[in-house]
Amino acid sequence: MKLNLRSVVLPPVLAVAFAALLCGLALLLSGANPFTAFGAMVAEVGEGTAAVDIINGGATYYLIALAVAIGFQMKLFNIGVEGQYRIAAVTAMIVGGAITLPPGLHALVIMLVAIVAGALYAAIPALLKAYRGVSEVISTIMLNAIALGVVAFLLKPDVFGELRANSLTTGELPESAHVPGIPLGAAGTIFGLGLLSVVAGVGYWVLMNRTRFGFELRASGESATAATAGGVNAKRMIIAAMLISGAIAGLTALPELLGRDHTFTQNFPQGYGFSGIAIALLGRNHAGGIAFGALLWAFLDRSALALDNIGVPKEIVTIMQGAIVLSVVVAYEIVRRMQLAAEQRRVGQQLGTTNGNGADRQPAATSAGGGAE
Amino acid sequence: MRGTVLAAVAVTTALTLAGCAKDSGAPSGGGNASGSECKLAPKPPAAVASTTAAKTPEKADGSALKVGLAFDIGGRGDASFNDSAAAGVDKAVAELGVKKENVKELSAGPNEAESAKQTRIRQLASDGVNPIIAVGFAYADALKAVAPSFPNTKFAIVDATVEGATNVTPLVFAEEQGSFLTGVIAAYKSKKCNVGFVGGVETPLIQKFEAGYYQGAKAAAPDIKIAKKYLTPAGDFTGFQDPAKGNAAAQGLVSGGSDVLYHAAGASGKGVFTAAKTAGVSAIGVDSDQYNQKTVEQERDVIISSMLKRVDVAVFDYLLAVAKNDLTKLPKVFDFSVGGVGYSTSGGKIDADLQAVLEGYKAQIVSGQIKVSDKPTS
Repeated sequence: MKLNLRSVVLPPVLAVAFAALLCGLALLLSGANPFTAFGAMVAEVGEGTAAVDIINGGATYYLIALAVAIGFQMKLFNIGVEGQYRIAAVTAMIVGGAITLPPGLHALVIMLVAIVAGALYAAIPALLKAYRGVSEVISTIMLNAIALGVVAFLLKPDVFGELRANSLTTGELPESAHVPGIPLGAAGTIFGLGLLSVVAGVGYWVLMNRTRFGFELRASGESATAATAGGVNAKRMIIAAMLISGAIAGLTALPELLGRDHTFTQNFPQGYGFSGIAIALLGRNHAGGIAFGALLWAFLDRSALALDNIGVPKEIVTIMQGAIVLSVVVAYEIVRRMQLAAEQRRVGQQLGTTNGNGADRQPAATSAGGGAE
Repeated sequence: MRGTVLAAVAVTTALTLAGCAKDSGAPSGGGNASGSECKLAPKPPAAVASTTAAKTPEKADGSALKVGLAFDIGGRGDASFNDSAAAGVDKAVAELGVKKENVKELSAGPNEAESAKQTRIRQLASDGVNPIIAVGFAYADALKAVAPSFPNTKFAIVDATVEGATNVTPLVFAEEQGSFLTGVIAAYKSKKCNVGFVGGVETPLIQKFEAGYYQGAKAAAPDIKIAKKYLTPAGDFTGFQDPAKGNAAAQGLVSGGSDVLYHAAGASGKGVFTAAKTAGVSAIGVDSDQYNQKTVEQERDVIISSMLKRVDVAVFDYLLAVAKNDLTKLPKVFDFSVGGVGYSTSGGKIDADLQAVLEGYKAQIVSGQIKVSDKPTS
């Protein structure tokens, strides 16, 4: 598959520019100076711990977005990553706090527990989908709500929770489970487990582009019936994709939990899963694209603080995130049509005549190629 | 000899009179005219003197202070918790000479990462802001991480204590004490001897409200039925911002027979008030005097009282203490004795008799005769 620079890079750039324009308008309407605001957003990257915060946030978003992307590759909408990462995080922290192991091994076991817990929680919608045909969208949304309740239950003081000040936590992890980061002095500390997202990213790319499994996964996404006719076991693919998705989602919270917090509190941020869906869309399920999306998302999150600091309504960032996702979808469509028109002209020139029929077939193949990338 | 007799007579008379006075008080307290109303427990003895006598306003010069406020979700204008903290700062601006331009306010976004909270605090501290007040227990871990790097900056946190950080002053409240009186009000006002509680999120903090309410209602009417509903489990903080859920929960309690509803559910409380209005029952507000709040103006005739959590008092007292450079006199817990919690009477639904009862219970709590637990028993 040839990587077409124009069709891959242009849409997100257009989308970001369009979203910036939209937010500029919103800022103008609210009485703020858009240039000061954008200036502050960019300038703060160099200040304090901003750059490190963006990298750490990006790493977390990258993991969860990869989890979503694996499902997307075969048109499975795993909305349940939200619930999967919370269940996995709280289970891993409870187990991690209860066992004693030498350093290194301890963290490894916690990671394994998180992977297994995330995968197991994803197994419920996977089995329901494979054997009962239950839409994974509905079942995962509902399981998200159930996950909230389960986490709240596990955090109760008479179950596994601990009351600390006015907050509930899973109790502090012993020293042996801490994962040291890369200290950059005053600029902050990069989470050691942030490397997980690099590993996961490479693994994802290899899995999708260099293995039979990845091929079958994408083939099932393109056309389930065709894949089945080609000898792909659809049920096995659904279950495998969901389990891998859940396993990666399970890792999401670990960089910050093992690297900084060392305990899961009831204040642990919610909504990573939903950001992950947006980032996977933004990155078009491509390992590199998602990395870009994750860092952009983390940068926008971070700039909310800078905006608040100069008195600009920070809600503008939420508008921007929404606008980017919306316009990236539109931008891909526009670029696809532009390419289609260009293709038509090229084919027309080659045939010496503008034949509508020939032009129609050609672009269809192009768009399929672009979609799978 | 004669003197002794006289004295004895005098003492006896006094005792008898005192006894009479006590006796005559009891029947009205235990009055149970209508069969379905609560059989009320004997009223507490009247409060001897106003225990929260107005303190003479202390003077201090705060003109050199650069005050930072890190709000929780909602920020200034949430008509609740954050606004109350803002009011404390506004009072400091008016009375301590803190310069308006030296007050910096930042607020949190929903579902933000822990690093965002740390950054907000660090941003303020490295800008030279001192003191910094973090509003809400969600800042506890952020302060624990950041405060040690700024040993010369004074921090305060509302609703939490941060262990191990000596420059962080906790501003915590005895919500259970204020809620105790709310429970008493509910018991006196209920016609069916059945009252309800709506909690926003089932966190230990909101359980303090529930616990106090329960004990107060039981103290005033031992046979009373108390129902409770929480909107969301711990960890899901949408329960503080979901009036529709508040409405549904309140309807559920009303159909279960409750006719006085107390909410500790933040912005979801509006839903509780609308449900109360539709069903024709009474409701009790929380945190600030909700009868006078713009956001619930439409429903205010059902609000018979509000449990006041005086974040403004705590914030002001803290700023005063900082201005005087003496944090040692600041109360460990803002309770009845320092006016940190209380009840409102706006709307005229709390008559003088009931107020006397409330003041009686309050005096017993302050004196330690009644100990209000902050953990729910049921």
